[in-house]
Amino acid sequence: MVSKPSENAGPGEDSAPAAPVAVKILVAGGFGVGKTTLVGAVSEIRPLQTEELLTDRSVGVDDTEGIEQKTTTTVAMDFGRITIRDGLVLYLFGTPGQDRFWFMWDELSYGALGAVVLADTRRLADCFPAVDYFENRGLPFVIGVNCFDDGYDYTTEEIRDALDLRPDTPVVLCDVRERASGKEVLTTLVKHLLSIHEAQNPAGATAG
Amino acid sequence: MTGPGSEWLDDEAGPIVRSYALTRGRARPAAGEGFDMITIVSTAARPRSGSPGIGPEHLDILEMCVQPQPVAEIAARMKLPLVVVRVLLGDLLHHRLITATRPPQESPLSKERLLREVLHGLQAL
Repeated sequence: MVSKPSENAGPGEDSAPAAPVAVKILVAGGFGVGKTTLVGAVSEIRPLQTEELLTDRSVGVDDTEGIEQKTTTTVAMDFGRITIRDGLVLYLFGTPGQDRFWFMWDELSYGALGAVVLADTRRLADCFPAVDYFENRGLPFVIGVNCFDDGYDYTTEEIRDALDLRPDTPVVLCDVRERASGKEVLTTLVKHLLSIHEAQNPAGATAG
Repeated sequence: MTGPGSEWLDDEAGPIVRSYALTRGRARPAAGEGFDMITIVSTAARPRSGSPGIGPEHLDILEMCVQPQPVAEIAARMKLPLVVVRVLLGDLLHHRLITATRPPQESPLSKERLLREVLHGLQAL
């Protein structure tokens, strides 16, 4: 048993199979940077899509006063799944690319282990909002620099400087189409999470 | 779907039944449960026949969640927006037909164990 799931409403625990524990990692970055490709490369299922229906009420709270017609938008999010072991499942959620859907990011990042921010060297600025968001929110992340064939060659140090990252934030060069490469990005993130965790919880709490 | 006029009815045309009809106009679940994307839903019981307020979509969810599923997968498989699925799940929770298991709130020790398990799982990919 890895955890005591928070108590739920109603009976039925004995009859149904035990509910698995689910954890999530977010994949963020600008439009077209390869979020869904990365999710698809490592997921055991073809990426699934959920849609959130938005009304103007949820998009902006300050300037909708007096606007009569309600607009409805749908935001699609792709996600994939990796079964870690029986009873423990990791979900990877691609975040909506557009900045105006920040409130969805709040929901997505709640309870997330961490995030991958994908960067494209041809349009590095596209990932600034995601970097800012996760830094402000205190959600640990790694930068995955998706190396497109016609992209410029930068070193990870140059990327780090350009993004003004904290010194401990890992930067990984990757090709999100490659499963092995996507796997490396994710393992780098989880190692980073572990090192943060160990720094925050010293004093021999590590028995493994 | 076949028959005259069916050429207008496909995925691209959108659903025939509008979301607000499925939820009878409600935008939020009745029960005080937020239903995170990775909250795991398990079927706890089957409704008595003719239970008021339980429609075909509710039954589809119950069928699906005999094998526990996260909210995001339910929405994706039902091809329904999350907001709609959350309302339907709220109904089912209200009728005690499902149980909802929220993502674990970890103590530091189990968090570390969780991270190590995830790391090993990823390395084994």
